[in-house]
Amino acid sequence: MRPFDYTAVASVDDALREAGESPECRFIAGGTNLLDLMKEDVMRPVKLVDISRLPLDRIEPTPGGGLLLGALARNADTAYHPLVQQRYPLLAQALLAGASPQLRNMASNGGNLLQRTRCFYFYDVAVPCNKREPGSGCPARGGLNRIHAVLGASEHCIATHPSDFCVALAALDARVHVRGSGGARTIAFADFHRLPGDRPELDNTLAPGELITGIELPEEGFAAHAVYLKLRDRQSYAFALVSVAAALDVDDDGRLRDIRVALGGVAHKPWRKRAAEQGCVGQRASTGVFAELADALMAEAIGQGDNDFKIPLARRAIVRALEKAAGLPADKRAAPESFS
Amino acid sequence: MNDRLDHRGRATVDGNAVTPQTLDLPKLGAPVLRVDALAKVTGRARYIAEHSAPDMVYGVVVSGTVTRGRILHIDSTAALAVPGVLAVMTHENRPTMRAMRIFHKDMDAPGGKPFRPLYDDRIYYSGQPLALVIAETFEQARYAARLVHVSYDTEPHETCLMAKLADAHAPKGFKAGFSPPPKDRGDADAAFEAAAFKIDAEYHAGVEHHNPMEMHATVTLIGEDGHLTVYDKTQSSENSALLIRHALGLSTSEVTVRNPFIGGAFGSGLRPQYQTLMCVMGAQLIKRSLQVMLTRQQMFSFGHRPETWQRVKLAADADGSLRSLVHEAIAETSRIEDYVEVTVNWSGQLYACENVRFDYKLVDLDQYTPLDMRAPGAAHGVHAIEVAMDELSYALGMDPLALRLKNYAERDANSDKPFSSKELRACYSQGAARFGWDKRQPQPRSMHDGHEQVGWGMATGTWDAMQAYANVRAVLHADGSLVLSSATTDIGTGTYTAMSLIGAAALGIPLESVSFVLGDSTLPTAPIEGGSWTVASVGSAVDAVCEKLKKSLLKLAQAMDESPFADAELDDVVFLGGQLAYRDKAGDDHSVGMGELMQAAGQEQIEEKHLLLPKLLKQRKYTRATHSAVFVEVKVDEELGTVRVTRVVSAVAAGRIISAKTARSQIVGSVVWGIGQALHEATHADHALGRFMNHNLSEYHLPVNADIQAIDVIFVDEDDRVVSRLGAKGVGEIGIVGVAAAVCNAIFHATGKRVRSLPMTLDKVMAATPPN
Repeated sequence: MRPFDYTAVASVDDALREAGESPECRFIAGGTNLLDLMKEDVMRPVKLVDISRLPLDRIEPTPGGGLLLGALARNADTAYHPLVQQRYPLLAQALLAGASPQLRNMASNGGNLLQRTRCFYFYDVAVPCNKREPGSGCPARGGLNRIHAVLGASEHCIATHPSDFCVALAALDARVHVRGSGGARTIAFADFHRLPGDRPELDNTLAPGELITGIELPEEGFAAHAVYLKLRDRQSYAFALVSVAAALDVDDDGRLRDIRVALGGVAHKPWRKRAAEQGCVGQRASTGVFAELADALMAEAIGQGDNDFKIPLARRAIVRALEKAAGLPADKRAAPESFS
Repeated sequence: MNDRLDHRGRATVDGNAVTPQTLDLPKLGAPVLRVDALAKVTGRARYIAEHSAPDMVYGVVVSGTVTRGRILHIDSTAALAVPGVLAVMTHENRPTMRAMRIFHKDMDAPGGKPFRPLYDDRIYYSGQPLALVIAETFEQARYAARLVHVSYDTEPHETCLMAKLADAHAPKGFKAGFSPPPKDRGDADAAFEAAAFKIDAEYHAGVEHHNPMEMHATVTLIGEDGHLTVYDKTQSSENSALLIRHALGLSTSEVTVRNPFIGGAFGSGLRPQYQTLMCVMGAQLIKRSLQVMLTRQQMFSFGHRPETWQRVKLAADADGSLRSLVHEAIAETSRIEDYVEVTVNWSGQLYACENVRFDYKLVDLDQYTPLDMRAPGAAHGVHAIEVAMDELSYALGMDPLALRLKNYAERDANSDKPFSSKELRACYSQGAARFGWDKRQPQPRSMHDGHEQVGWGMATGTWDAMQAYANVRAVLHADGSLVLSSATTDIGTGTYTAMSLIGAAALGIPLESVSFVLGDSTLPTAPIEGGSWTVASVGSAVDAVCEKLKKSLLKLAQAMDESPFADAELDDVVFLGGQLAYRDKAGDDHSVGMGELMQAAGQEQIEEKHLLLPKLLKQRKYTRATHSAVFVEVKVDEELGTVRVTRVVSAVAAGRIISAKTARSQIVGSVVWGIGQALHEATHADHALGRFMNHNLSEYHLPVNADIQAIDVIFVDEDDRVVSRLGAKGVGEIGIVGVAAAVCNAIFHATGKRVRSLPMTLDKVMAATPPN
């Protein structure tokens, strides 16, 4: 680990001043990802600004009927918060599907949004990686890409975003509150993370020196019909190969008033396709409708070889999660032919 | 064993049936707690990197990043400029190391030329240690290690076994414990062609790394007289001492190696790893005590279970009688050594078949030499034959267990010898009964639970029951305490506990009165801790040395004036509760205390040593093996490919069980690893880069608690006095063998899909050919 400066701050203003706008300065809260990356020499900040004592750890209702999750509220405290459990079970399920109890006890909500990819090549400084060393190349293409993206990838990077929390936040249309030297702003969740394009070193749209202060959930939490389905290489403590945050709302006739599907493990950011979701509104919740939505979501998917399985797996997982969210009977023999 | 035992394994008072004298006395087979449990859970048990000296400094290994070639230059300038850095040791400035490869052969080395760390500029594999940065603190050394710049002259490499199968060659050289495939019998190929029912299938298993909880580490402490005390992560202090002496030209009196506590090894410490010599050389270079501990990432930079390809052809008559058995395997090794495993031989030993053909070959790759990992060879080879037998059972329309019983080997056809003992039938029957095998629906896809298909599968396991030489010293003190010592190792398996229990039971004294000293190369010699032979070897020596003590005590008793023991034979005397008790021919009872005898004779202690040598002439007449039957229930979500192992019954015949609790723990741990082998574990290489890429415990998946459900262990009664005087065989390996096959067979029963590649991850389960 390289030597670095460290300073702890007591106010957001102090944090912004200490950080300046240098990309070599990093905020640190739980440190569950950043410290690992520093030990691996993947991230090399010259200065850490410890924000863990800032008063941003509250979880409280907003005037608009939503819920504001403080950036420094711990993942565990968030998942077990009564209002989250009651009103946003999708979020609680997603949080508890991630990491381990020990990590969730340390990890902050803001930090969760800033997790770096788990791409093998990103993590190993002995090999090229465009995300770590822009211009050095992407050996994952044509290499070991079983865990990599099938949607929204670029020729420069096929990494995925590893968070479960963010997949649920994307489905819920959360907004990210940030502050920087230029003041405060909010960012729609869909605009927070970015696709790799030709700048894979950038994971998100935060400006240098900007600090996440909170995450705002809208009033609608889909509490009655929400499922987070995570598929991974073991039953716990593994990143998603494919995950689905599925939420829906139905009227008294069983017709879809709203439907949300966000995917994890398949792209550089949580993946949604609003137009496809809109196309389902007004239809009766059924396996057939869900299968069409799954096909639409995965229509542009491209496999890299090892990860080709993610495309059919994601299709099936989308339908399964929506069936569970809608409370459709778990009778596989009713499944359409495209599943076999 | 008729007495009730409490949680410490001590007899409890049951009416008047148990005399007060037997109260605290453990018996062989008792489920005693680990004698080192308190030390371990309170942190008083010190693992390798917890040893230190006031002047000790730290070394961090610089790992290479290319796969094959030469070092052109190592630029240490920036590293040496870091405050606290004392030296950067490379092949250019290391202390003298002997060049001849014979001096680098450790006791577990296979044929070939062993790797010599920092010997010269040659690069054999990606991750090879190229330098050691030594600094006052670990943090300084770790930082400076990042600043060492190495330039290379690279050469083309090859790391992919499956691309090189055509280049496979017969193994050269020899390795302890290895026997080449048995000769062909009959005409397997003609019999295969002629048979009515047959299967022909290929199997593949990827690389696994050992990953014990404790990372490999070495601490070299330099005494005032220059003596080197080396704490080393090893399964044999004597093996490490031998390598250090030979490679660095030191005498026996100059080096002591210790390893009193080892946090798991699984075979990774059978050979001293590169940090051993690097640490000693580093200490010599800077003339200070030095610690070198590998990182978790570097734990992927030495031996591993080799990637292995196998093909099995089986043919049978309609009644299930095997007509032909062909088992071929090709495994990877390095370019410098021919690491070999007994992979295919098990098939000919497990099943009676007149027409058999075996083949075992190696492919040389630009990798580090593979290394024994729990049940080396059997974990792969028995997997293939046991899946193949399952495939054949469906081809025949026969119950998988019935097929195995039909072809049960009463003799080992490979060697044409009887088994010294073989309670495999009892394993099958007791395991099947516990599991409820008779309720199994024979057709695949016949059992459901919601979205999940339920499958039941079974497999056989086998492993060698070996015994080696072992020397133990025993000192019995007048206060009744017994100190036993031997240069064996406890890698977490329970050696301290089992040996203490054997000593306590032999002398009839409380477990608390016995201490067992191990993990020091100056102690009486013992074999490397591995191969499941420690109880049969060292345990037998403990039993034998205690018999010598008893003889000495009886002599003291007989030397008493007008001794009532004068005519007593050793077998007539009961040693219990610190007393020698004897009922004479007239029916009168006599007893005398051990301490009393020693005091009367003016002896503060009695010391004996015993070198146990296996009775080779007797043992050679038999095939000696452990056996098991493994029954598994899985639940498979076929659409999503997910597999859960919901139930395992492992019935094991491993001779007499000495320490019931630690023995059971060995089987449970092995079953967990078998589930990991089946579903989770693999180290993935990028063959273009020639490098393992998922070298961390986040992306190298071991089973976690959520993956493990009910594991039921049955020890079948077996007592084998050919293998050891205790009747014990050994339990370290047998528990993992067959588990992955049983999981695979259960997946087939659940889904009708055969997954022939390990680990059976969800993508493979999804993609497997669906049933017709």
